[in-house]
Amino acid sequence: MSTKKSLKAQNNVLSDAKKQLQLLSNSIFLSGQLPTFSQKLQSHKLPSIKPKQLEILQLNIGYMCNQVCAHCHVDAGPDRKEKMSKPTMSQCLQVAHKHKIKTLDITGGAPEMHPDFRWFIKEAKAAEIPEIIIRSNLTILRANKKYYDLPDFFKEHQLHIISSLPFYRRGKTDRQRGDGVFNKSIEALQKLNEVGYGLQGTGLEIDLVYNPLGAYLPRGQEELEEEYKHALREDFGIEFNNLYCITNLPISRFLDFLVASGNFEGYMTKLVNAFNPSTVGNLMCTNTISVSYDGYLYDCDFNQMLELNVSSKSNHISNFEMDALQNRNVCISQHCYGCTAGAGSSCQGTVV
Amino acid sequence: MSKSYYQPEDLLKFGSINEWNPELGKKFFDYYQSVFKKGTLSEREKSLIALAVAHTIQCPYCIDAYTTDGLERGIEKEEMMEAIHVAGAIRGGASLVHTVQAMNIYNKLSM
Ligand code: SF4
Ligand code: SF4
Repeated sequence: MSTKKSLKAQNNVLSDAKKQLQLLSNSIFLSGQLPTFSQKLQSHKLPSIKPKQLEILQLNIGYMCNQVCAHCHVDAGPDRKEKMSKPTMSQCLQVAHKHKIKTLDITGGAPEMHPDFRWFIKEAKAAEIPEIIIRSNLTILRANKKYYDLPDFFKEHQLHIISSLPFYRRGKTDRQRGDGVFNKSIEALQKLNEVGYGLQGTGLEIDLVYNPLGAYLPRGQEELEEEYKHALREDFGIEFNNLYCITNLPISRFLDFLVASGNFEGYMTKLVNAFNPSTVGNLMCTNTISVSYDGYLYDCDFNQMLELNVSSKSNHISNFEMDALQNRNVCISQHCYGCTAGAGSSCQGTVV
Repeated sequence: MSKSYYQPEDLLKFGSINEWNPELGKKFFDYYQSVFKKGTLSEREKSLIALAVAHTIQCPYCIDAYTTDGLERGIEKEEMMEAIHVAGAIRGGASLVHTVQAMNIYNKLSM
């Protein structure tokens, strides 16, 4: 199920954010068969979503990736050339330093492929950001000799690594992420373990991310973590810290899959029926701001992909104003149901 | 609407049985929820048992519900199939073991 090219390179209509938003607002939502996200919030007497204290600045430093995963919400791939410039990176660090941001969460694409990646991490360390997360797809660590020393680099800079491994056996992982991905991911995890990641007492954290391979929701994060730990230890001697279950949001390539496979309505119905009001206070958009490669600000990485800019006069890293941003309302649409289903979903797994 | 006794969307209306008898309905659903909570058996094991039983009683709603539940829990198709074969073996065995009764009667009545 992995594709060879991004939707953008295929000129697929769904590479257009407006088309995605139209699809998410029409059909079953227009006919009233399902309530819109905003109607759902109102029916639970929940006001619009307001940010709490900003803790995480999530930077998408570019859409280039060595993989073309079938579910990718970024529509990343080797054919995507968008990347953050050095001046924008520096501006992000100035903002993070000035506002005492706790966590810099660096994502992509494969952030390690950015030509200034190592320079940027060194600068971020110099700016004394308390925690730096790298969303690494693992295979990049084994993709080319020039990346082989990344585990040491990660260790040297005490980076917190979060990586997708859709399953602890080969079949499902390769179906979602492409042939050979599982073996390379296992090799990469072993290399990370070798330098101390995932091992008790080292303080070097590697967390894994599970997301379903199809039109169904994840559940049972704790039990699945036990399963993963047991299987990876028994079969490959691998250790890791936490497993995060993430729901696939109906956008970009996953939306394309839902439509093409006739699962769109069924999946949206599942998400709506699984709406859990207690997730709303802890949504990712309440403590995170996402910055795109060109410096614009968004409520989350998903809104970034849907080109839903923050609704604030401070909408770019160059005019970052904490007060204005804290007073904004988060932009919502029907994709938000992906964050509120069941135990909720965020870049750190479940939220309740 | 296609003509069939079973409609997939009716599964989601299961809770509406409470409308005609809230007291017993509530007792049933509370019991149901407690049964599937992690106990000595894991939630995963219970899901597989439910899938096997669903095949034994041939309930399309339960088959739908517990195939999806299994997928959601990361249960693989090989595990599901093995569980269903257990149901098949018990079902087949239950038929076959009655052969002993047939044999007894046959032998008793025959000269
Ligand atoms: S590794 Fe991540 S960024 Fe790259 S294609 Fe897969 S999901 Fe997208
Ligand atoms: S997609 Fe999720 S994180 Fe983003 S705005 Fe909607 S609810 Fe918030």
